[in-house]
Amino acid sequence: MDLSNVAIVGSFETDLGIVADRGPMALGVQAALGAIADAGLDASAIDGLITCNSLVTPVMYHAEATAEYAGLTPDHCLSVGTGGGTTYTALRYAAAAIQTGLATTVVVSMADSMRSFMTRDRAMAVQSSSGHPLFEQPYGPTVPAYYALIARAHMDAFGTTEAQFAEAMVSSRAWAHQNSTAQYRERVTVDEVLASKPIADPLKLLDCSIVSDGGAAVVLTTLERARDLPHAPIVLKGYGEGHHYEHISQATDLTRSAAVDSGKAAFKQAGIEPADIELAQLYDCFSPALLIQLEDLGFCDKGAGGDFLASGATRPGGVLPVNTHGGMLSHCHPGNPGAMFGLTEAIRQYRGAAGTRQLSHLEHTLLHAQGGIMSSHATVVLGRAN
Amino acid sequence: MTGVDQLNQVYFDGIAEGQLRIQRCGDCGAHQFYPRVVCKHCGSEQSHWIVASGQGKVSSFSVVRRGVSADFPAPYVVALITLEEGVTMMSHVVDVEPDQVASGMAVTVAFRPVGGADTRPVFTPALASR
Repeated sequence: MDLSNVAIVGSFETDLGIVADRGPMALGVQAALGAIADAGLDASAIDGLITCNSLVTPVMYHAEATAEYAGLTPDHCLSVGTGGGTTYTALRYAAAAIQTGLATTVVVSMADSMRSFMTRDRAMAVQSSSGHPLFEQPYGPTVPAYYALIARAHMDAFGTTEAQFAEAMVSSRAWAHQNSTAQYRERVTVDEVLASKPIADPLKLLDCSIVSDGGAAVVLTTLERARDLPHAPIVLKGYGEGHHYEHISQATDLTRSAAVDSGKAAFKQAGIEPADIELAQLYDCFSPALLIQLEDLGFCDKGAGGDFLASGATRPGGVLPVNTHGGMLSHCHPGNPGAMFGLTEAIRQYRGAAGTRQLSHLEHTLLHAQGGIMSSHATVVLGRAN
Repeated sequence: MTGVDQLNQVYFDGIAEGQLRIQRCGDCGAHQFYPRVVCKHCGSEQSHWIVASGQGKVSSFSVVRRGVSADFPAPYVVALITLEEGVTMMSHVVDVEPDQVASGMAVTVAFRPVGGADTRPVFTPALASR
């Protein structure tokens, strides 16, 4: 079965931002059941469940525990490893299960509560543990410091400036300002970003993504079944992955990531080019990550990401709307599920339900997520069903 | 130390002797760090240990202004150091004002306690650049 015969038919976001009255498992279940209802399906129709483990309250068998809590009895459960890139990897494996006939209707649900159920110090320690335990972590690197190494290398190689990195947050807030579910909605200027608290030079507080609670889920099924469901089906046109290293000290090129590979593969399968993309939902954990993805995915030349961001291209009214929900810089970043909201926002845009930030025309959307420190990359091209 | 096997122990024993030990492949001649049971370049299992010269350059760095924990009082300089032998490792740059650190800076290995814990290889500005 062709990949584009798999459709996304349901989508749901829980309460987002600061959600102190329920923990990660409850949010994940709420997301899953919400997405099933949104798809117009009964819970009995679900034969596959894919979840990502919680960093706050990890459990040994996460998808199975989620199914049990939700009262689901799927034929297949899979808990994927942690990390941003696995968000869209999970989407692809859900599609693969449907393509191969392993399952017919699969829910992908992810949630976590880094904001309300973890102290700031603990959140810092957990996230920094992505570093190599013997050869990186002993030096006390923080996650912002890992990305600062990339930012510095980009500045050295291409003359990128701190003011250009600051444009990532300016763009993010310009979108988040129009999204009532975004955790931070105040517009900011480049000067305000530059004046924010130093975290790990050259990155400041407003170069960094936020810490949130929240969950989201989607439902996938065959395009044939999707025709009978309430929402117009959205199909996966292309997918690619790339993995050049896991630990940042093992990177052979700090300024060029495996997004080059994942993007090329996704565009090739979809039969389109970067110029055909009308919405890009990228992984903006830190400003340099966003800037380098814009280059590596082909939206601008290598080294030109700073100019591209500063031109306003990614903001409302720009040539390439990026993260119209506000992204992880402003909207919601509960930890590993962060990229789910790039997907659920894209679905909202396809449905014409994005309010004042609604795009006037949308055929092809690019979703990109990465895990580790610009390490593992996954790119998806979405489109409307023919 | 948790997670240290016999192979890695050679590296840590080197620190105790004031040596920065890295691997060199007996088949393809490439160096590698961190230590592995196979050469990541050619797959050979014939790697042996050498003592690196300890000279290198800062390939990138960050002055950390918010430390990862109380054991790491800010500011401190986390850097990627590319050794003369061609391998890159994470380390600290010390004995210099953080604002004076620059990419491309020549550095020399030293052995100091890091984060209030074990002694590790760190790097100081090389004599010529002081």
